[in-house]
Amino acid sequence: MMTETSEFNFEQCIKCTVCTVYCPVAAVNPLYPGPKQAGPDGERLRLKRPEFFDESLKWCLNCKRCEVACPSNVRIGDIIQAARIKHSKKKPGLREYILANTDFMGTMASPLAPIVNMAVGLKPVKVVMDKTIGIDHRRMFPKYAFGTFESWLKRNRKKQAKFPRQVSYFHGCYVNYNNPQLGKDFVKIMNALGIGVQLLEKEKCCGVALISNGLIDQAKRQGEVNISSIRRSVVENKIPVLGTSSTCTFTLRDEYPHLLGIENKDVRDGIELATRYIYRLLSSGEVRLRFKKNAPKLRVAYHTACHMEKLGWAYYSTELLRMIPSVELIQLDSQCCGIGGTYGFKKENYATSQAVGEGLFRKIEASGCDVVSTDCETCKWQIEMSTSKEVIHPLSILANALE
Amino acid sequence: MKFDTVIIGGGLAGLTCGIRLAKAGQRCAIVSSGQSALHFSSGSLDLLNALPDGSVVTNPMEGVKLLAEQAPEHPYVKIGAERFAVLATEAAELLSEAGVATMGEALKNHYRLTPMGVLKSTWLTFKGYVTSDKADALPWKSVALFNAEGFLDFYTQFLSDEMRKMGTECKVHTFNLPALENIRQNPTEMRSANIARIFDNEDTLSELAAIISREMGDAEAVLLPAVLGVDCRDGVAKLEKRLARKVAVVATLPPSVPGLQVQTLLRRYFQELGGVYLLGDTATGYKSEGDNVTALYTNNHGDIALKADNYVLATGSYFSQGLVASNGEVVEPLFGVDVAYDKVRSNWYERDMFSAQPYESFGVVTNAELQAIRGGRKVDNLYAVGAGLAGFNAVKQGCGAGVSMLTAMSVADKILSKR
Repeated sequence: MMTETSEFNFEQCIKCTVCTVYCPVAAVNPLYPGPKQAGPDGERLRLKRPEFFDESLKWCLNCKRCEVACPSNVRIGDIIQAARIKHSKKKPGLREYILANTDFMGTMASPLAPIVNMAVGLKPVKVVMDKTIGIDHRRMFPKYAFGTFESWLKRNRKKQAKFPRQVSYFHGCYVNYNNPQLGKDFVKIMNALGIGVQLLEKEKCCGVALISNGLIDQAKRQGEVNISSIRRSVVENKIPVLGTSSTCTFTLRDEYPHLLGIENKDVRDGIELATRYIYRLLSSGEVRLRFKKNAPKLRVAYHTACHMEKLGWAYYSTELLRMIPSVELIQLDSQCCGIGGTYGFKKENYATSQAVGEGLFRKIEASGCDVVSTDCETCKWQIEMSTSKEVIHPLSILANALE
Repeated sequence: MKFDTVIIGGGLAGLTCGIRLAKAGQRCAIVSSGQSALHFSSGSLDLLNALPDGSVVTNPMEGVKLLAEQAPEHPYVKIGAERFAVLATEAAELLSEAGVATMGEALKNHYRLTPMGVLKSTWLTFKGYVTSDKADALPWKSVALFNAEGFLDFYTQFLSDEMRKMGTECKVHTFNLPALENIRQNPTEMRSANIARIFDNEDTLSELAAIISREMGDAEAVLLPAVLGVDCRDGVAKLEKRLARKVAVVATLPPSVPGLQVQTLLRRYFQELGGVYLLGDTATGYKSEGDNVTALYTNNHGDIALKADNYVLATGSYFSQGLVASNGEVVEPLFGVDVAYDKVRSNWYERDMFSAQPYESFGVVTNAELQAIRGGRKVDNLYAVGAGLAGFNAVKQGCGAGVSMLTAMSVADKILSKR
């Protein structure tokens, strides 16, 4: 039973220590006080005197695995993030601005994609970024695509509008600037189900990176824009909003009300992951997907991203993958890959980030899979950088298997 | 989502039930609202240590026959002495299949060493822990007790004092390692699981072996806190080989490393058998038709219901909110099924904290088939198992784990025989 008697269910903590076992950061980085100390224990002191706030809370990568583990439904991760928002004296710098403004960076980089991609891959550029602003030189940047997903979908607007049933797509920055193909794959599946895809009236970056980098006012402004567009779609037009990124979707549904104070009760149920929407539709028996015959076997290892674990929706993605005749699914134990969005890009976090993910990387290599699949783009970057495997979104695997 | 059986609660009872059903070919889902009380495991599982009148049980298979008279509502009475004997044997086998090695048997209780240094009767003990055949003596005349420097959740003084009283000479040593120095930078996080992780690295375990080898002298056995690895589960065996000496571990204060290992192993086995484990999700409501539950709703899955032929309530007791006590009543919050409790609140507690507390025996009412009862009527396809059941006192009777596992297995069999 959900008994929520205090903010973030703070008072339900019975000091059982279970969360400390499941914190990926505390397990590898002794500088982080762990979820119990940083969360409910520290909060007890901070409520008394804000000076008890400790900047070491910055080590939290906001994976929320402490919340998933908590037997008492305490929102430990939220307590920690809210404390950072409220008390941190550290002002975001140029690095935080660059890493967090995925939207702005994408808009600038996309038209110059080949040049930007080459430049950020060059060793001297990496060294300069490391030395001047503290983006770790070992990190590989995601490639920008030439031309955005939005412009592609706008070109296909008429075709999409012909479908009697419609969904809105919250594509996120990654699909828009880095991987428009995932968006196209999503559209292909929806069309195969007899559904057209449209853009939201206005879409801004969900703001997850703004929140973790301390740019809260901007995150709020962007969040308000998104929720008002989503409201138009869900409430006025009765069109559900689907996402393909577990983190964007989680942010819109839960981080907005919990951390930014953006009210979304009336639309929250109308925002979900595409895999969940498709699963529901296929389960109802109204529609069917037809798969290619004699497609070569593909061994897919599914990795549950942290925010996917928190949403509890990995089931839908893995069930869709299981439906594909040519796919053999290996379900990896759910654990953090270490990237934490922009967390792992920062020089001071690089070692922690890689140490957190090490066990996962080893299991992936030992699994004998052909590819890894996950619903989170930043997990993809981390796993591709740290293992020999390519990482493909479940919907891209599904789209590719369609007849 | 369509399953054969949906189990609410993912601790020892829920997982045992799920494993038994999945092994028989059922498609099962477990909804678990956070991690379970296994994380506070003592390293042993109790079956039956005492009867309600206080008399000691040395042979649970015999002891269970006396329960019918003293505690007619005890879950074991519903299982019956004959099935009890069969299930107790099969429970140990189930653990072993999941990779949990234990010692002990239902015909004869043995003794475990508590973190306070006293011997307590028990049924199964995880491999590597200190056990004894006697109630008042350890198997050794002398031991060397090693603790990690700065680890405060392990009371060496209590342990050595109590062991001396039992006739075992105990010398206390502390060890330090570079890896310990590292985690000690954050003293609040010097917890069992964080210490255990450093021994997943074979080199660190070798460093420890070198220290122990230097200092153990001619002690008959080497004792350590149960922190010898999380992923690595044969730390004790490895040390024994290196030291050519008996090595055993003693439970620490929570979190319990062996408990978390058992939780992981059981869950992994359940999933290998095709089970779906939904962690961090909370059941919020249900639908029913007549005397049947037809759908279960959860916090994460919203409008998408978990549908099944049968449902098992394995939500535990007060700790996991399987039972919720307020000022005047004790309720089962999910289905609102009947709960047995004293209507006079002042009767819930005994003034002497160490005597049997009546509230411990409150719990979900079932019929002899372990079907839950709502408003006096049985719910055909809703069963209740584990710590949330009425009619027993897990602490005083030493039967918590046994009730969890045996009721879970019993219900699994009832569900399977329905088809």
